[in-house]
Amino acid sequence: MATSKIDDPRVIEFDVRTDEMLINMGPQHPSTHGVLRLVLRTDGEVVSDVEPHLGYLHRCAEKIGENLTARQWIPYTDRMDYLAAMNMNLGWSLVIEKMLEYDLPERGRHLRVIISEMGRIASHLVAMGTYGLDLGSFTPFLYGFREREKILNLFEEACGARLTYSYLTPGGATADLPAGWTDKCRQFLAEFKEVVPELHTLLTTNSIFVSRTAGIGVMSAKMAIDYGCTGPVLRGSGVYHDLRFHGEERYTEMYEGYVFDVICADPETGKYPESNYEFHGDSLDYPEIPRQAILGDCWHRFYVRMLEVVQSVRLIEQAIEKYEATSGDWGKPIKLVQKLPAKEAYMETEAPRGQMGFYVVGNGDSIPWRVRARSSSFCNLSVTAPLCQGILLADIPAIVGSLDVVMGEIDR
Amino acid sequence: MSEIPLVSELRAKFGEGIIDVNLEAIDEWVEVTPGVLVEVCQYLKEAEGFRFDMCNSITVVDYLHTDPKKAAKVDWDPHLELVYHLSSIATKLTLVLKVKIPRWKNGVEGDLPGVPSVAGVWSTADWHEREAYDLSGVNFLGHPHLKRILCPDDWEGHPLRKDYEMPLEYHGIRGR
Repeated sequence: MATSKIDDPRVIEFDVRTDEMLINMGPQHPSTHGVLRLVLRTDGEVVSDVEPHLGYLHRCAEKIGENLTARQWIPYTDRMDYLAAMNMNLGWSLVIEKMLEYDLPERGRHLRVIISEMGRIASHLVAMGTYGLDLGSFTPFLYGFREREKILNLFEEACGARLTYSYLTPGGATADLPAGWTDKCRQFLAEFKEVVPELHTLLTTNSIFVSRTAGIGVMSAKMAIDYGCTGPVLRGSGVYHDLRFHGEERYTEMYEGYVFDVICADPETGKYPESNYEFHGDSLDYPEIPRQAILGDCWHRFYVRMLEVVQSVRLIEQAIEKYEATSGDWGKPIKLVQKLPAKEAYMETEAPRGQMGFYVVGNGDSIPWRVRARSSSFCNLSVTAPLCQGILLADIPAIVGSLDVVMGEIDR
Repeated sequence: MSEIPLVSELRAKFGEGIIDVNLEAIDEWVEVTPGVLVEVCQYLKEAEGFRFDMCNSITVVDYLHTDPKKAAKVDWDPHLELVYHLSSIATKLTLVLKVKIPRWKNGVEGDLPGVPSVAGVWSTADWHEREAYDLSGVNFLGHPHLKRILCPDDWEGHPLRKDYEMPLEYHGIRGR
């Protein structure tokens, strides 16, 4: 409060003191992607501190896991990252298989590649659409959901559910893909390839979008690693790390013999590697990186997801070929009351939002002694506080949206 | 098998601080004393050739049988086990660190046991430790702001303890 007497009005102008204000953003705010509550300490338009408050969706899934058998817990993994439930199923299935030293038949491996990469496309489409919404553009949301709908239709045909699938289980999958499914999937991929350049025209080089995201929320590679960021958030900062390449053998062997690129800009040049993937008979020309963009900013995190979608298409195309070339068993689910050995196992997989880890401790019983889910979004979100210091209020949705968090997975 | 030079390095450097090593387990683990935990973590993060720059998760496992019949059959005394899953982006190695602590400080029920915080080594440990404190009741000494993260601030008890009982009521909401 200015209480002193000042004669010169120009002095007042520089002497106006504003009070710090605490603002509650969420938990029902549309751009917080669910029920995230951010307490912002602001001075005018400038945010000096952000404190995320979590737990609105907390249901202690880990405790529930201590009362159910490994297969019974599958539906709870669905409800973690509900936008990529197939990938959650896969992570849990693999850790149980690792514990039981179970090896999946080859057909089942290719089936899993098809399903989990489809899940990645669906998840990244939502990420793109909702990011547009966060920044005030409605159209990409509709385009993203239109394509995602086709994937959901395919998933529905394979397992009967559209959101919480419980399809991939320890031991394989609940059922083989139905007859004629792969043809429909090929049809979808052919259509989707036409749409990808269209999706790029909506946001990637849109000048409003670029000015809202480029150079905002810049995260160095060191900071990203220190805060445990993974997935597109980590690769957006120029760290070449993808568990499909660098993970445990049990996981990477699923992708053995597949050709695809890890989408990550070279930290020296800031350029993404030239893709040698033939898209419509010639290589796809990605939009140019705008000159305002800095490696590790919101724009790069978005761009990595957009390019990853194409790599997933590439993987599915190969997987369908391989899947059709193999015959026999796709891997039957393990028994509902399968006993778990008195051992412990931890495993991480590359889910669309980052590295999703599951840890399970057995004690010879069919009900695990302890289960733990290491959430990728949880770690990715922990970086908001340091990223949001000293930025403008309107940039908060841009930063939180670029991390692409799903609260179901954070709160578990 | 790249873990074997690591174990000998650790033994040479920390001696008595390394309690147990299991290389036959599905994921090889090393058990250390709470006293050397922070130094071991700092060393693992910085040592050339290992560079565990990523702390993937911190888990607390509660070893307690509430049923006395079952408790008589097992060969361990009740305790808490902290499990640190580490990995390296630089060298692609993985390692599991374990620390065993009593369930209660000095055996007084309700007094949370303490263990040094590694939030100064990896920033990501900050939230992981808050979660472990919230759900499993471990006091991380030296943590910058140890408070609940998933449960509400006025929640009582630590749900992932094996002897936890769901409250009958919380602000007028029926619990059981």
